[in-house]
Amino acid sequence: MNLKRIGALALRYTFLYTRSVPRVAEMFFWPVMDLLVWGFITVYLMRMDNRVPAMVTFLLGSMIFWDILYRAQQAVTISFLEDIWARNLLNIFVAPIRIGEFIAATYVVGFVKILITVAVLASLAWWLYSWNLFQMGFGLIPLFINLLLMGWAVGMVTTALIMRWGQSAEALAWGIPFLIQPVAAVFYPLNVLPKWIQPISLSIPATHVFEGMRQVLNGKGLSAQHLTWAFGLNIIYLIAAALFFRYMFNVAREKGLLAKLGTQ
Amino acid sequence: MSEPIVEVQHLRKKFDGTVAVADISFAVHRGEIVGLLGANGAGKTTTIQILLGLTKATAGTVQIFGQDFERHRVEILQRCNFSSAYTGLPSNLKVWENLLIFSKLYGVNNYRARTDELLALLEIAHLKKKITGHLSSGESTRVNLCKALLNDPELLLLDEPTASLDPDIADKVRKLLRRIQRERGTTMIYTSHNMRDVEEVCDRVLFMHKGRIIAEGTPKQVVDKFQQRSLEDVFISVARGGDVLAAAEAEAAQ
Repeated sequence: MNLKRIGALALRYTFLYTRSVPRVAEMFFWPVMDLLVWGFITVYLMRMDNRVPAMVTFLLGSMIFWDILYRAQQAVTISFLEDIWARNLLNIFVAPIRIGEFIAATYVVGFVKILITVAVLASLAWWLYSWNLFQMGFGLIPLFINLLLMGWAVGMVTTALIMRWGQSAEALAWGIPFLIQPVAAVFYPLNVLPKWIQPISLSIPATHVFEGMRQVLNGKGLSAQHLTWAFGLNIIYLIAAALFFRYMFNVAREKGLLAKLGTQ
Repeated sequence: MSEPIVEVQHLRKKFDGTVAVADISFAVHRGEIVGLLGANGAGKTTTIQILLGLTKATAGTVQIFGQDFERHRVEILQRCNFSSAYTGLPSNLKVWENLLIFSKLYGVNNYRARTDELLALLEIAHLKKKITGHLSSGESTRVNLCKALLNDPELLLLDEPTASLDPDIADKVRKLLRRIQRERGTTMIYTSHNMRDVEEVCDRVLFMHKGRIIAEGTPKQVVDKFQQRSLEDVFISVARGGDVLAAAEAEAAQ
């Protein structure tokens, strides 16, 4: 891994984002809209006195956490798509760059973007709803890291699929995370799901993060069990995603798809 | 003859039953400009893509700078560069920003001076602060060329570098490439459908047809071999088949 090359690739995205109003707006627009909707739903539910538990405020936490996962996945996939849209992919792949460096740069950019977005959302949540994201204390850090790791793994798989099936698979960039959302117990506890789905749900790292978050917000502290499962599963999925990406990269080279993608 | 920079041995590429490159071997020596010619589907683009590592060969070996490409990809690409009329640079970025990024990717020292030197050489210094997406296709092509020369490559692969240029700029680019070859000893592999380009720029041509090299030599030798008046006539007669092609294929098969 060459840090200078990773830095150069990351610099490219920095230029891109500082120059493009739609891209900057996209970083904030949807997350803020989501926050407003979920925030006011939370306010409404809270006003129903004793009919709903006070921990309903976890909806705001779920929304912000979901955004971390979604943005981490998007950072990897959209960065790749940016090069396809700009017909720059060939220039990148014929430069002395290792695939790992290309992916690492998307991780770095994604991480910075997420930090900015979360800072804005946390401030708005505090200002509008007096809801403090940092009430989770240090528990927030491992939960955040696990969402990031899962987002990166999903991002690699999505990018690999686009590399293999081209721009016709572009919709996957936005669609794949939402395939996971219903079974990852994002906005509701795991026990709400039908029994037969629960094992599937428990095999998703995000499920353990969201369950862990709800436990913390419920004052029960951070569950070591959920954290261990989340980290363990994420390591497995990251390795599997990297192998899948490498396999698809080789398939794309075998079939001459990289060149086609780069000049479409 | 000088040392070989590129050595291709028994290269073959098959895509789902279609043979794109059928067992070709050739070498390109230091300081040479070699043209890869042929009609659409001849296999020249696939060959270039294999040389750049974008496509994996079905069989055969590619050695560049005496090293196996598959095993030393990054080290080899550090000393090469590529420009194509069919690729672009991120359109939202300014010209200098794109050049800065590629300078860093190729590890170019003193990139400011290098960028200024190349922009002046290509007569596009005034475009430095322009948004890349606002350039004309001719200007974009020259910025692409500028990117391709940033690392002072020992091997330069050019895919139709004059495709979108007006005759005046195309002429300047051809002369510039010749000058770079003379002054720096840069080796170039050049594909073009413009036979005038090839005759003017290339020291040697490899004429491809249906994945095979059917003729090889200086542009004049190839023209003489096919008993035609120009490379363009050779191109047309090969593309249209007939006796000329049959004789060349028979000779190549031997």
